[in-house]
Amino acid sequence: MTEPSHSWDTPTAEWATRPGRATVTVPSSGEHLLDVRDLRVEFATRDGVARVVDGVSFHVDPGETLAILGESGSGKSVTAQAVMGILDTPPAAVRGGQVLFAGEDLLAVPAERRRQVRGQEIAMVFQDALSALNPVFPVGWQITEALRARKGVSKAEARRRAVELMSMVQIPAAAQRVDDYPHQFSGGMRQRVMIAMALAMRPKVLIADEPTTALDVTVQAQIMDLLAELRAELDMALILITHDLGVVADVADRITVMYAGRIVEHADVHTLYAAPAHPYTRGLLASIPRLDHRGHGLRSITGSPPSPLAVPHGCPFHPRCPYAQQVCRMTAPPLLRIGRLDRASACHFPPEALDARPI
Amino acid sequence: MPGPSEPPTRAPHAEPVLRVENAVKHFPITRGMVFPKKVGAVKAVDGVSFELRPGETLGLVGESGCGKSTLAKLLMGLEKPTAGRAYLKGHDIFRMRAGDLRRLRRTMQMVMQDPYTSLNPRMTVADIVGEPFDIHPEAAPKGSRATAVRDLLVQVGLAPEHANRYPHQFSGGQRQRIGIARALALRPEVIICDEPVSALDVSIQAQVVTLLERLRDELGLAYVFIAHDLSVVRHISDRVAVMYLGRIVETGAADEVYLRPTHPYTQALLSAVPVPDPTARSRRRVIRLTGDVPSPADPPSGCRFRTRCWKAQPRCAAEEPPLSLRAAAPHPSACHYAELHRVVA
Repeated sequence: MTEPSHSWDTPTAEWATRPGRATVTVPSSGEHLLDVRDLRVEFATRDGVARVVDGVSFHVDPGETLAILGESGSGKSVTAQAVMGILDTPPAAVRGGQVLFAGEDLLAVPAERRRQVRGQEIAMVFQDALSALNPVFPVGWQITEALRARKGVSKAEARRRAVELMSMVQIPAAAQRVDDYPHQFSGGMRQRVMIAMALAMRPKVLIADEPTTALDVTVQAQIMDLLAELRAELDMALILITHDLGVVADVADRITVMYAGRIVEHADVHTLYAAPAHPYTRGLLASIPRLDHRGHGLRSITGSPPSPLAVPHGCPFHPRCPYAQQVCRMTAPPLLRIGRLDRASACHFPPEALDARPI
Repeated sequence: MPGPSEPPTRAPHAEPVLRVENAVKHFPITRGMVFPKKVGAVKAVDGVSFELRPGETLGLVGESGCGKSTLAKLLMGLEKPTAGRAYLKGHDIFRMRAGDLRRLRRTMQMVMQDPYTSLNPRMTVADIVGEPFDIHPEAAPKGSRATAVRDLLVQVGLAPEHANRYPHQFSGGQRQRIGIARALALRPEVIICDEPVSALDVSIQAQVVTLLERLRDELGLAYVFIAHDLSVVRHISDRVAVMYLGRIVETGAADEVYLRPTHPYTQALLSAVPVPDPTARSRRRVIRLTGDVPSPADPPSGCRFRTRCWKAQPRCAAEEPPLSLRAAAPHPSACHYAELHRVVA
């Protein structure tokens, strides 16, 4: 690698002041169905305070799929749990930001209102269906538990609705299986039960946290198809939390990439894969083997993701970044808009400058 | 990277270093606590044969329950086979006395899936990597052990000073490197890798895959690479075997199987893998399989895949298709109606 030129080392001022490249901490105008702004979550641990989510903003609208992509420790699941309001506090604490659902800040409303929204308006599907389901109750009973508790639906009516929901998620012979227990279902069918349960109250936002990670590839395809169908059919907003770049390419409309508790890039799906802006996104895409062609060497990202207790100073990615310069060690780059609306990258250097410096 | 100029260690026509013939493992199902009676068997591995040549990587793919991990355990002697033979450098390891087997084991080592549970938390890295020398003292003379361990650590991309640390001080990727160093300690010729990267983060997977490739080319290792991630398998493997319900249904050179699959199961499996390219959405045709994998305790008659196969005919229930060369493509496939169907763009 050649010695960096002076102009390379200090391009920030120029690139930030270019027209149309304002810092985007607050999303664009207009009200979104779910609008998360500058969310901050900390965990108090024995070894100190871990800033697990550090200024995360995103939004979703009905009928849209947003993917939050990140590796373990990136803060993607904690973000989802904070939106859902199911964080264990303590050790976790929401330190700032807003979670606006239809304009109402869920972080500011009384606990009673929060409870109404959770499950009814925003529902969640978890990764491990076997441990998320109660082994000692029939699945039909579990699917409609919320309906009975909240809507006072009668037992007979609840049973009818359970069968209906199970058919909606394409569980064969739903009427016969409504009284079966979780262990009598395969992994894929259990995940369908979880989805049916989440849909019981007809939520407007569905958060799916790694819904297919524990499943085989053929079953994974079925579940992703089902989620996409249901999203369109029920006009839901779907937030997909995942680490899988393949799944994301298949179903997402927009993508938010997280690293060390921060958003490093967001873009629509086509732009992200065709022209990733942030060095981390570029590295991730270069490091995955492809089914459709072999031969090219994998370019791995060196090092490993930082512990949330010791996030590097400056840009959190700089120790692993092949483009890192002095400025990256000193200052954390803000999320800067690139060109069009709703595309941004948290890097000191614009994508064109990175392109000019092959690694 | 093994490009057009293949390293000299990977001779395709050399004598196989490992040859498995009709390996079978049935786990008995018993009834009764006091007088257990065998009432059936889970046929985890049910007649698997393959060859592995020096310096070659055989990818073993299949979904959970297909028997690929049981096969790994059979080869490592962690389970007793029900039937079959496995020749390691010409010696049948399924029928060998314990002492002889121990001497031969140096030749074949294993890398485990979970780098968190496969390393003893109370042992230092030096103890973990050097433990094989306790069993095979001839591999490293007494005085040279510390040096040998340090060399191994360097070889897998760790620093010599890591030797005195404990596993919890390392990240997942580094732990997997420790596991690889341990497998390399006795200078084996074959390494069984059972899902070696599936517990790792995406950005770390590539590091470990690249390391395994480099070691293979430098040391002339042969790998049996077991994984459920078909993209990783395609990247690292020379040949691939696809398993379903304890049997191999299709096998051949990696490019052959991926680009010219003839077994319906292989086609369905490959079509379901999401490609990290949003422009491929419109081109992709996912073959949707109905139902679930049948229980290996009671596999379907004839072809085991017929219950989920869209091409199944009465003949498939009556007659089991052998794994043999079919007219459709020049590699073995276990389907009566094998035909070419490209699913990977």
